[in-house]
Amino acid sequence: MVPDLLTWIFLLAGSVLGITGAWGLMTFPDFYSRVHAASITDTLCAACFIFGLVFQAGWSLVTIKLLIVLTLLWITSPTSSHALVRAAYRAGLRAMTHGNKHSGGGRS
Amino acid sequence: MYLIQLGIGLSCFWLLLSGFWSNTLLLLLGLVSTLLSLYISWRIRRQYRLFSDWSLILRFPAYLRWLLVEVYKANIAVVKNIWFPKDYPISPTVKRLPMSQKSKLGKTIYANSITLTPGTVSFDFKDDGVLVHAIVEEAVVELQDGEMDQRVSKLEQVK
Repeated sequence: MVPDLLTWIFLLAGSVLGITGAWGLMTFPDFYSRVHAASITDTLCAACFIFGLVFQAGWSLVTIKLLIVLTLLWITSPTSSHALVRAAYRAGLRAMTHGNKHSGGGRS
Repeated sequence: MYLIQLGIGLSCFWLLLSGFWSNTLLLLLGLVSTLLSLYISWRIRRQYRLFSDWSLILRFPAYLRWLLVEVYKANIAVVKNIWFPKDYPISPTVKRLPMSQKSKLGKTIYANSITLTPGTVSFDFKDDGVLVHAIVEEAVVELQDGEMDQRVSKLEQVK
């Protein structure tokens, strides 16, 4: 009963965070800030889903596997977003910064 | 020596994850994948020697626990930025931050931790510093205070 409830809470929180990330991806003004919105989805949202599933799995091998999945996700997702942002930076996409609001979007 | 340690580690990992210990075909496939991973990591190590100190793994869980809390706090901050842009306006900032880590692994962990925390992304390395893009200015100020930097330096502990 209690594990089911915890699973519900975690999965719902994860869903809300996932939708939030998607919403931020659409509303934020430029490429670099959109990456930040996406990083919600692959950190806390993923963690919530995994923890929710852990409560269903109980103390078993599946739990360990799920935690390994989470660890790998947390190592690889920053690597990929770093590669993405670095590629954009190398290609000459300038970041919109605080202070000069209209310099973003174009290639330098 | 390193390859032997890694080989034993990988084999145990495979046995733990697979759970089928009596099927010859599966064991052979496990052996093949272990050897493939060993070959790839040997090639990487020849080019780019990253990891040499196993004691780091023992210190890692404490850092991970601290990082988890930071990631949680940063998530809440960015969620606020998304849902209430009027009350929590974004102020994107690019800044170069100094890194105090000596080893490649320490620098990698630091840059990866910055990227893992929502609201800040590391995107380039220049003169022993890391270029960071943050969605709000305060996030950069917080990184400049250097708590994460010091914790990672303590984690790597280069002799």
